[in-house]
Amino acid sequence: MSSIYFTKDHEWIAVANGEGVVGITDHAQHALGDLVFVELPELGRRVAQGGEIAVVESVKAASDVYSPVSGEVVAVNQAAADQPGLINEQPESDGWLYRLRLANAAELEGLMDRAAYDAFVQGLE
Amino acid sequence: MIPTLSGNQGLQIEEPLIFEQDSPGASGVDLPDAPAIDDRLGGLARQGRIGLPGLAEPTVVRHYTRLSQKNVGIDSVFYPLGSCTMKHNPRLNEKLARLPGLADIHPFQPQGTVQGALELIDTCAHWLKTLTGMPAIAMSPAAGAHGEFCGLMTIRAAIGARGETRPRILVPESAHGTNPASAAACGFSVDPIPATARGRVDVAALKAKLGPDVAALMLTNPNTCGLFEDEILEIAAAVHDAGGYFYCDGANYNAIVGRVRVADLGVDVMHINLHKTFSTPHGGGGPGAGPTVLSQALAPFAPLPAVVHDAQGFRLIEHAAQSGAMPVGRIKGYHGQFGVFVRALAYMMSMGADGLRQASSDAVLNANYLLAELSSDLSASFEGPCMHEALFDDRFLKDSGVSTLDFAKALIDEGFHPMTMYFPLVVHGALLMEPTETESKDTLDRFIATVRGLARRARDGAAESFKAAPVLTPRRRLDETTAARTPVLRWKPPAA
Repeated sequence: MSSIYFTKDHEWIAVANGEGVVGITDHAQHALGDLVFVELPELGRRVAQGGEIAVVESVKAASDVYSPVSGEVVAVNQAAADQPGLINEQPESDGWLYRLRLANAAELEGLMDRAAYDAFVQGLE
Repeated sequence: MIPTLSGNQGLQIEEPLIFEQDSPGASGVDLPDAPAIDDRLGGLARQGRIGLPGLAEPTVVRHYTRLSQKNVGIDSVFYPLGSCTMKHNPRLNEKLARLPGLADIHPFQPQGTVQGALELIDTCAHWLKTLTGMPAIAMSPAAGAHGEFCGLMTIRAAIGARGETRPRILVPESAHGTNPASAAACGFSVDPIPATARGRVDVAALKAKLGPDVAALMLTNPNTCGLFEDEILEIAAAVHDAGGYFYCDGANYNAIVGRVRVADLGVDVMHINLHKTFSTPHGGGGPGAGPTVLSQALAPFAPLPAVVHDAQGFRLIEHAAQSGAMPVGRIKGYHGQFGVFVRALAYMMSMGADGLRQASSDAVLNANYLLAELSSDLSASFEGPCMHEALFDDRFLKDSGVSTLDFAKALIDEGFHPMTMYFPLVVHGALLMEPTETESKDTLDRFIATVRGLARRARDGAAESFKAAPVLTPRRRLDETTAARTPVLRWKPPAA
């Protein structure tokens, strides 16, 4: 069973066994509109918490994706790069972006849980 | 659309691509068949057709005439595309640019035969330096972003000459996308600066990010929210105190020409979009030009070529050895966008100092008229007054089911080019309107009445009519998503 956390920049991370799967939230995909291009990180790339790790581009804008925690990229979702629409359709499951091995699990404590994130998004509208 | 047998809508002709009109053997001229010759190509002569369509002259004339009739531009409609400055291009500029002595010369001609052209570049440079109060200028950048590249390369060279390494460039969140792109192209990393609730740079956040690794701040003034950065003197001083340079993006210079000397703002380098501020055609109508003014500190690093003047006349400095400085090199072939210099200088000289000053004032007046008249029906993002453009966001469309995109498409059916949408990114669903000084009050009043009417229609629950727009165009709403995901970039003959 994995635990899911959220950032103020609208990324989610699902953590299990020292690894985290990262994507953008449903709110983020909705705000961006139809995604047309995704740039994924290289395997083995090390990233600090909050570092730029991927780019998602929609018909409206290009946006950086920031890594919710630091770690090393161990897998990327090629299906999302091939079909960016997957991120619009299933942002918080099949539309994940990359998986990383956590460098410091304590960083998760600074992130939001689902209820806190939902309240955060509510406050934005 | 009314279905017709031909696909045409009255005299609005459904025009195929020129390749689809290929009629093999047809030609505008009656040439004799080529005689058989013994070539020495060893069997490498092309077999088969080269792929140019065969067309009679009347077909070609009609094709391009029909395409021109489909075009929408500043010559046909009000075009309030924010940040793009779609002002009228005076025909006097065009007339002068077509003078044979200016139009029919070549950059490789001996300099003694093009003294007038060199003087023209020098005179244009002189007035740009005078207007901005800056001591030096590079005339060769070919557009705004190219001017950014030029300016950042001089900054990099100046920092290198100081024996320092400064890898970071600070860029406000409201910046044009070219700013971070130019910084990255010059090898810098980009650090965004947040905006305040007043739509201006957060000076405290800026100061917190300044340090010995910061090469420059890139700031547009007025900014892309159409607001004057009123703390710019403090900002410039802070950047200089930290040892960095102040790059001013001059995309919105048209709002302050004749009113503000950018040198007085502490600017080290600024590009000037001649195609915006000085009324030369752009947006598909012609190339841009981005002459870049430089402070004394950056002047030695300006790219070549440069025009100089001495007792023998005008001449070009093209090599570092001739210049006695440390130029970053050459950033463009030849000497810059000469045809644009002709038009820009014609504009400056026909307007005069008083005319240029009135133009920037009228641009600001027109934008404030839109802001004032539309604020009750739309949602202005920031408290006015604004400078040359008025920024609204999509709060007035909340719960209407109508998006900024739908609203813009509805304007097309009303005979207006839409405003800029979804930029700047610092407000939600942005609608950025730049009327420019060349629009009359009548035109603005018609636009205001239309926008108000559309806003009320959206509020009254007519979302469906917006979703359908545009309905009066040769093509209905295009599928931007599919176009971006699977672009078709060139015509290919259908499979036989």
